[in-house]
Amino acid sequence: MLYTNHIRVLSINLTDETYKIEHREDLKQYLGGVGVASKLLEENIKPDADILDPSQCIVFAIGAISTIFPVITKTVAMFWSPLTKELGESYAGGRMAMTMLMAHFDAIVITGKSKRPIYLAIESHNVEFRDASAMWGIRSDDVGRIIREREKGAGKRSIIRIGEAGENQLSFASVCVDTYRHFGRMGLGAVMGSKNLKAISIWGKGDLPIKNQKAYFKVFQDLHKKAITTDVMKKYHDLGTAMGVNLMNEKGGIPILNLQTSQTDDIENLSGETFAEKNLVRKTACAGCPVGCIHIGQFRREFGKGYEFEAVNVGYDYELIFSLGTFLGLNDSDEVLELIEAVEDYGMDAISAGVVLGWATEAYQNGLFTVNESLVPLEFGNQKNYLAALKHMAKRTNEFYYNLGKGCAHASSIYGGQDYAMHFNGNEMSGYHTGYGSVLGSAVGARHSHLCNGGYSFDQGGEGNPEELLDKIYNEELDRCILNSLIACLFARKMYDKDTILNALKSVDVVMTEEELDNAAKEIFRTKLRIKKMLGYRLKSLRLPKRFFETTGFGTKIDEAMTYELIKKYSEKCEALMNS
Amino acid sequence: MAKRLRYDMNACLGCQTCSLVCSTLSGYHSLGESGINIKTKGGLQGKFVCVVCAGCTENISCLEACKTGALKARNGGGVLLDKNKCIGCKKCISACSIGAIHYSDNLDRPIICRQCGTCAKYCPHNCLYMEEVE
Repeated sequence: MLYTNHIRVLSINLTDETYKIEHREDLKQYLGGVGVASKLLEENIKPDADILDPSQCIVFAIGAISTIFPVITKTVAMFWSPLTKELGESYAGGRMAMTMLMAHFDAIVITGKSKRPIYLAIESHNVEFRDASAMWGIRSDDVGRIIREREKGAGKRSIIRIGEAGENQLSFASVCVDTYRHFGRMGLGAVMGSKNLKAISIWGKGDLPIKNQKAYFKVFQDLHKKAITTDVMKKYHDLGTAMGVNLMNEKGGIPILNLQTSQTDDIENLSGETFAEKNLVRKTACAGCPVGCIHIGQFRREFGKGYEFEAVNVGYDYELIFSLGTFLGLNDSDEVLELIEAVEDYGMDAISAGVVLGWATEAYQNGLFTVNESLVPLEFGNQKNYLAALKHMAKRTNEFYYNLGKGCAHASSIYGGQDYAMHFNGNEMSGYHTGYGSVLGSAVGARHSHLCNGGYSFDQGGEGNPEELLDKIYNEELDRCILNSLIACLFARKMYDKDTILNALKSVDVVMTEEELDNAAKEIFRTKLRIKKMLGYRLKSLRLPKRFFETTGFGTKIDEAMTYELIKKYSEKCEALMNS
Repeated sequence: MAKRLRYDMNACLGCQTCSLVCSTLSGYHSLGESGINIKTKGGLQGKFVCVVCAGCTENISCLEACKTGALKARNGGGVLLDKNKCIGCKKCISACSIGAIHYSDNLDRPIICRQCGTCAKYCPHNCLYMEEVE
């Protein structure tokens, strides 16, 4: 907790409906966020039990300076991922971090399994286990509304919930946070579903006295100005991340048609500019972020004859336009928004959902299964059939869709087509195929996400020095252990250099040197590596689908042998860190 | 000329920076100690609404309800609270027809916007602004 010598941990047991508070002084050295969550996951995970066994845990944590500085808005969730079957780590914005701070909980650990569907109503002085039987099967936005009406704290609360995909334990089921943000990746929704936990509401009605008001507010003012007046953040507000569609396509780095190619002449209809001009109706923000990167797009759907239209608003981002757009051969922003609406309703990760369908489409074309299994013909560009497939996936209609719901690595191990099932150790690829940096970054990243170390951002085209690249990726992974302990939104990574971080920490009474910060990062990374090892993961054994080495990224053909050589070297660096 | 706080919420991002900054002026990281509260009109898909003192210049209901003289009319609209004179009767809270006053159990006094305009300075979309009062 801010201004104390401890981390305040709320542990909830769903099986016997009990909870307790601990003040953990030993965790304070890991700052907060991913540092604290990794330690708590390591303590609570049961490597000998099944991944979705009731004894497994979910850890949520906020960071050392959550909400009190601009763009420090994220909450981390850590768990055993049913998708990759190793370290699960996912971040969400919205209001959750603010409400946990105001409710005075640095971390929440949830174990056990409820006998019947419930939701948790958490506030500063109480935890209620409330019946959610009638909410089971209800889509996530309706659940949000129902809980809003039942619980107190308008304007000061956060409501996170799962959809049908989570209830049915789809391996990439997501958790919706406050309507427009998500713990999207790696299947936290399935873990909540396995615990009969439909939703959690957190009411942040408390407060914390500021220790040094003058020093704190000075730093806040400087950072607020930086966030809203400099170019560092402007791009995220204007066109938003969707700006990347044209930029990535121009250089040949956006995955198209299941990564058969990374560039096309015909992308204008899905560009950030098109979405902004045709669909954008509103921007919104996470609590404590004056930037406002959340872009809400609107499309019209005709539901009956006689000009009967409904207007639907959904959030869009670069990653969703890639996964549910270019990757599936769609060419219309309205159609992409409608697919986004569907994954929102069912509560599944948009990236994995799109990439899984990309594999399924190509596998169907290649005759690896028939329409008897897929129930609809899966064809690039056929949005209506993709809508149907998403529904079957969420409902796990038959054996084929059951397998598809376990991710493309699993499905391709059964039906074939592993060379073009685009995943990194089970986690479906993100929207960057930009060269060695993107492939290596996600391959070696602790959670196999492009955000572990931003490897793609080091790709500039042409042949760089691979050894240097490896060092950059390693150092960035460590630096992000710090950012993810604060927990900063990674869009603000350039705003929060180490001096800025140390200065902000100092203003709230956390005095550290750069060396101490770096040491904390190493210990956090070490902890994550230990967990991965405990769960049986071996980076050296990682194998990637061939297509990563066939389709160029930023015009560069990635050499397979060299990639595995580099992965081996990275693995040795990790071993050295663990043994240090 | 004296000013009072006004808002146009159509462009609000919902970042709540206004509330966080207002609480900071009271010496707290909090939303409960803020004189301005941002809510949704029923969920985040609805528009944001701002609950804050309207800066009444006449028929100031909270002032009329205050029996101890803790509230004084502010030049330009609204009221100023004298903490030492407040006994926490909460009559000002029920008197305000737009619900802009709430009670802080922590500070043991009502939280009333004093129209200082700090929140407006930090609003990234200029939804909050100070307007001159005739």
